Amino acid sequence: MSETWIVLGASSAMGRALARSLAERGAGLILAGRDEDDLAATAADCRARGAADAEIARLDIGDPAGFDDIRAMAGPGRVNCAVFVGDMPAQDEIDADPALIDRVMRVNLTGPAQFLTGLLPQLSEHGGTVVGVSSVAGDRGRQGNYVYGAAKAGFTTYLSGLRSRLEGTGAHVVTVKPGFVDTAMTWGLPGMFLVAPPERVARDILRAADRKRDVIYTPGFWRAIMLIIRSIPERVFKRLSI
Amino acid sequence: MRWKTAEYAGWGRALRAKGRLARPERQAELARLIATSPAPVLGARRSYGDACLNPGGDAILSTRLDRVLEFDTQTGEIEVEPGLTLADLLRLARSQGFLPPVLPGTGHATVGGAVAMDVHGKNHHRAGSFGQHVTALTLLTGDGPLRLHPGEAAFLATIGGLGQTGPIARVRIQLERRQAGAMRVTETRAADWDALVSRLAESPAEYAVAWIDATARGAATGRGIVEEAAPTETRRTARERRLRVPLDAPRLALAPPVVRLFNAAYLARVPKEGRTRDIPCESFYFPLDGIADWNRLYGRNGFHQFQCVLPEARLDALRAIFGAIVESGLASPLSVLKRMGPGRAGHMSFPMEGWTLACDIRAGDAGETAIRALYDDVAEAGGRIYLAKDALAGGAMVRAMYPEHADWLAEADRLDPNAAYATGLTRRLELRGTS
Ligand SMILES: Cc1cc2nc3c(=O)[nH]c(=O)nc-3n(C[C@H](O)[C@H](O)[C@H](O)COP(=O)(O)OP(=O)(O)OC[C@H]3O[C@@H](n4cnc5c(N)ncnc54)[C@H](O)[C@@H]3O)c2cc1C
Ligand SMILES: NC(=O)c1ccc[n+]([C@@H]2O[C@H](COP(=O)([O-])OP(=O)(O)OC[C@H]3O[C@@H](n4cnc5c(N)ncnc54)[C@H](OP(=O)(O)O)[C@@H]3O)[C@@H](O)[C@H]2O)c1
Repeated sequence: MSETWIVLGASSAMGRALARSLAERGAGLILAGRDEDDLAATAADCRARGAADAEIARLDIGDPAGFDDIRAMAGPGRVNCAVFVGDMPAQDEIDADPALIDRVMRVNLTGPAQFLTGLLPQLSEHGGTVVGVSSVAGDRGRQGNYVYGAAKAGFTTYLSGLRSRLEGTGAHVVTVKPGFVDTAMTWGLPGMFLVAPPERVARDILRAADRKRDVIYTPGFWRAIMLIIRSIPERVFKRLSI
Repeated sequence: MRWKTAEYAGWGRALRAKGRLARPERQAELARLIATSPAPVLGARRSYGDACLNPGGDAILSTRLDRVLEFDTQTGEIEVEPGLTLADLLRLARSQGFLPPVLPGTGHATVGGAVAMDVHGKNHHRAGSFGQHVTALTLLTGDGPLRLHPGEAAFLATIGGLGQTGPIARVRIQLERRQAGAMRVTETRAADWDALVSRLAESPAEYAVAWIDATARGAATGRGIVEEAAPTETRRTARERRLRVPLDAPRLALAPPVVRLFNAAYLARVPKEGRTRDIPCESFYFPLDGIADWNRLYGRNGFHQFQCVLPEARLDALRAIFGAIVESGLASPLSVLKRMGPGRAGHMSFPMEGWTLACDIRAGDAGETAIRALYDDVAEAGGRIYLAKDALAGGAMVRAMYPEHADWLAEADRLDPNAAYATGLTRRLELRGTS
């Protein structure tokens, strides 16, 4: 029997790339997001690439009332879920409208956490893999995007607890910390370097899921970069304009 | 949608452009862009010159719109987004026992680019052009999507239409039912031009093309290798090659003595009595794609490709053009001769029944002067040059080479009255009028 994956944020470039790789392995897919036309196109593409099945689901991550329906689409038994939903408004937009902070927290942290928490019973009973896409931005608060960073740090911590909670049940949690990825989120942003294609990220994610890795950086060299960035004393770090 | 300001070039890298680029990841974003700030859509920028440039203006990249929207595995009809690469199309088609009926020499090119240039392959004499296998397509207009079918005026202006009728958002293609595990390729040597030409003319093969040595002189002028092929069910899979040219090569890399050595070695690969092998489909269709960024071999200043087609009856003129290339000593290792059939699907399509010759020439004054002179000879002989390759031609000459230009222009102007989709090429050649 083929594996079933729920992909939240399948309309993102990384989510689409993962869905395609899963399709080539013959997985069954539930593609969730807000842009249903886009999801329908990706579902058709996944079917053409070998998916056992590909259905779409409307997801507003700020509206947990809809979560049960999506979780139910996976049916009973072993279930896998990858979370790509994310939102990164510019820090100056947030400064101008602090209410945006609620949205950032909801989309990057509380929404995904609520969805996954609802999946807990099924995961602990039947097993499966959870892939949570966090970010290197969660490893340290930078003046450029610390609200987004705070939300991702929260998500990283949530995933770490979830992993520990599920230990011994046959379910596994992979935390993914991408560096800069070539997507709509980063296109045309100043200061981008070493930007990785989304297909590369998808490949790293699948390998990590297959090998039951706990936390990965993708591309891998970000682990070293973040090690350095995290080891800078706060008294020095606060003066750096990064 | 954010824009990115960038400097970019076509495959030849001799012409460059600076401008803003958008890269929609969704159809809705493309539609939004077209409604608010229409700009030409570019594919993988595998055109050599300025067909895929909009210097000083905006451009929209289709590369992230690359999904299969429908695939009827019974009939072989496939509907795709324009940014799907031809390598992907080949892979997906083969997985269901089909083949794309027409493929150009690179799998990096997109379906949108293949439509907008009405590209041809090594089987043009049998299969015709890419556009002849397009059964429908969707164009985006200010008033929303427009579905086009063969025979319609807008269809004739869109196939081979250089993107000037507007963004192609979806393309429907009739694939050919073939079990192609590999390609069975027979290579034979030909001692000179006459031998090469007659071998090609008489070839019954489905795919037939000749590699021609543009450095050999005297009695050996026009020597080369004829490659004939057909799909076979025997399976051969390509090893994944990861070669890349990391830097702009120094001038020496393709200096004439190096090219001569390369050509002699290339010729010697094939034994005197010829040989037949089964090779992976990708290696057959896209022989150079295994080396990423090979265009950097020509150094920082880039190169041009001269490609023309001459009518069947003017083979003598083509022989003279080839002679001039040999004499100039500007030869590159990659010269290709092919017999073309009459197949073409649009007003501005390149193919005509006859012979096509393609040759890479390093950018620079000597090469550019030589190419312009060759262009005059092509015009004189009633032939035409390929706009996917051109960076140097003049407008009046090109418009005369494409006799249906006026029909095309009428449709382009009707669908895009403000010439919002004009590119570097259409401005240089004044194809959209002098606007
Ligand atoms: C190594 C190599 C080998 C080649 N061999 C062949 C060959 O054998 N036969 C052949 O015919 N050609 C050949 N070519 C040329 C190539 O096939 C064409 O230039 C093709 O158009 C490239 O596609 P692209 O996606 O890169 O398009 P681009 O070069 O980016 O664009 C080409 C044109 O298409 C338009 N366009 C692209 N997408 C859209 C869209 N969605 N909507 C509207 N307009 C669009 C652009 O505006 C532009 O006018 C070769 C090129 C290379 C580099
Ligand atoms: N790009 C990078 O450099 C980078 C680096 C590190 C981490 N990340 C993370 O990687 C993930 C994918 O990002 P991306 O770069 O591909 O960005 P993106 O294209 O902007 O993707 C964001 C995704 O989130 C979904 N989404 C946003 N708000 C939503 C809401 N309220 N309800 C439901 N879905 C919502 C979007 O779906 P719809 O539009 O269909 O609603 C979309 O699929 C994100 O979590 C991002 O934070 C990105």
